[in-house]
Amino acid sequence: MALHANADFKTRLQMWLPKLVLSPTVALMLVFVYGFIIFSVYLSFTDSRLLPSYGWVGFENYSKLWRLSHWETSIKNMGIFAFLYIGICTVLGLGLAIFLDQKIRAEGMLRTIYLYPMALSFIVTGTAWKWFLDPGIGLENVMQSWGWTSFEFDWIKNSDFAIYTVVLAAVWQTSGFVMAMFLAGLRGIDNEILKAAQMDGASNWNLYRRIIIPQLRPAFLSAFVILSHLAIKTFDLVIALTGGGPGRATELPATFMYSYTFTRNQMGIGAASATIMLMTIAAIMIPYLYAELREKK
Amino acid sequence: MRSFLNTKTAIALAMAVSATTAYAEDVEVLHWWTSGGEAAALNVLKEDLNGQGIGWVDMPVAGGGGEQAMTVLRARVTAGNAPTAVQGLGFDIIDWAKQGSLANLNDVAEKEGWDAVVPAALQQFAKVDGKWVAAPVNVHSTNWVWANKAVLDANGIAAPSTWEEFTAALETLKAAGITPIAHGGQAWQDTTVFDAVAMSVLGIDGYRAAFIDLDESVLGGDAMVEAFDRMTVIRANVDDNFSGRDWNLATAMVINGEAGFQMMGDWAKGEFLNAGKVPGEDFLCFRFPGTQDQVTFNADQFMMFDQSGNVSAEQAALASAILSPSFQSAFNVVKGSVPARTDVSDEAFDNCGKQGMADLAAAAASDNLVGSLAHGHANPASVKNAVFDVVTAHFNGEYDSATAAAELVDAVSIAK
Repeated sequence: MALHANADFKTRLQMWLPKLVLSPTVALMLVFVYGFIIFSVYLSFTDSRLLPSYGWVGFENYSKLWRLSHWETSIKNMGIFAFLYIGICTVLGLGLAIFLDQKIRAEGMLRTIYLYPMALSFIVTGTAWKWFLDPGIGLENVMQSWGWTSFEFDWIKNSDFAIYTVVLAAVWQTSGFVMAMFLAGLRGIDNEILKAAQMDGASNWNLYRRIIIPQLRPAFLSAFVILSHLAIKTFDLVIALTGGGPGRATELPATFMYSYTFTRNQMGIGAASATIMLMTIAAIMIPYLYAELREKK
Repeated sequence: MRSFLNTKTAIALAMAVSATTAYAEDVEVLHWWTSGGEAAALNVLKEDLNGQGIGWVDMPVAGGGGEQAMTVLRARVTAGNAPTAVQGLGFDIIDWAKQGSLANLNDVAEKEGWDAVVPAALQQFAKVDGKWVAAPVNVHSTNWVWANKAVLDANGIAAPSTWEEFTAALETLKAAGITPIAHGGQAWQDTTVFDAVAMSVLGIDGYRAAFIDLDESVLGGDAMVEAFDRMTVIRANVDDNFSGRDWNLATAMVINGEAGFQMMGDWAKGEFLNAGKVPGEDFLCFRFPGTQDQVTFNADQFMMFDQSGNVSAEQAALASAILSPSFQSAFNVVKGSVPARTDVSDEAFDNCGKQGMADLAAAAASDNLVGSLAHGHANPASVKNAVFDVVTAHFNGEYDSATAAAELVDAVSIAK
């Protein structure tokens, strides 16, 4: 009898233990992630300036936001940056992965070399590239001191091109990581299919174009989701690399949000811009999650 | 049993911690004076208070304009644990006072007669709704030009006093292969220059109307277009590698003779002095051409945060120490600025300091003393930054002058 009760207690404990262990993190998550998201969205409808305040102003902050040429600049920059960053990283990552997949020598070492930039923080990347690109001390100066006096590379000081230097540094940082994702995808493809195709006389090019790349669809999707949210939240890289300049040529929504909320005492407008960034991310993530969850069934 | 012991130690620890924070004879001072000269200047104050038996808990937050410090402060105040005194600038002080976070220093102020010795333009920021809430430490003025005397002499240039003489001097330097103006392309530096340039065109009344009263007809008027045109001329005399450069590196260009002029507040003087240069012999300081009688200022102050509804004895002692003439003189000689009260002797100051003090007193007497827009003493941070956006976009070639003036009206109206 006692034995039976004991066993019963054990099974019940086993059933409840995971829930008990998880519940504090769930509660913390609800408050500190979702609670604050709701709080921020609420703030975007208030007249908050220096500190949060609760006077309701409706959509005023949003209408102000869209009238600001500063916001327009940062949205445009976001468009250029996200398009190039996601595109180049995907192509470069896939290319590297395919080369590494050719059973070359020292693959482990090469893989580490390509993946290593990801281990650095964006602040380090930004600072290093800032020095490298600075015409006064970096590449341009070195090339000129080596005798190539007509060499010019001053993008970082040029309002029209500075945003591309951000793309450059970001691609350098992340393409190795994308490569690792594709490499994992490539290794997951069933060898039997490839052998069969080769048997049928498929060329290497056709093998990749018709069979391998289409099978990498989940890897592409993950790469796209990860890269796009990295792009939308890019902040530290810009701060370290250009500080948003020259002028405000490299402002992105994240730097815009920080400056309006914390240094310009216009918390309402800052919260409105944060809400728009959240909605942009949601627009990408929700279809992705939906697709993922449906496939699992 | 073990867990009980742990709880007991935890409680004891918590009590020990709260006891040290509640121990009331220290002042906790949040500031961003972390560079060598600034820290040395602050030591003067620290020792003064130590002499009175008041401890000093230093809470420095590095970062030039104090933006990081303000973020820290926001968190501390929201958590209900404000520091005793916090370095503050211009409208930030008024904003904090309006939040009801600052203490009332009227008793000390009355006893020591602050009203009579602190210029009225400065009191605007230290006194909110008739209550003294902050103790001003210094006055910087921002419409200075710093010049390398050797470079000017070699090219036969005297200190220019009108815009025409100034542009002629720039031409001469350019022809001689010297960068005419050393400048750092950061929004606040662009706007520091714009401050002086706009005042030279608009005059003191126009400056007030535009940047303090935010009169749209002046903000977008012809004179403003003219001011932006002058900014275009200045942009043409700056080297191409200017963007993102820190102000002290620009000053170094003047010190080393690579550039002729720099327009910067009087904190630049500290760099010259550190490099062993003598005012009047190695470098010149003069007001921006066309603004000789006027002074645009910004002032560092220490806001006193309300601790328990009352001004504590330590806070009062700190405030009174800050405004004592001996501290004002000792501190400002080191810092490069001028005292916040007009009755301090100028004996200990160098030529530029003496001129600064005389200019300040004269401008205060003739109502020619205005808060600097670029340094947050004309309007709150939102308006200041809206102007930054337009000025820096124009300086970097994004707008022509007429568009810039129109954008200024729009940007300010959104930020108001």
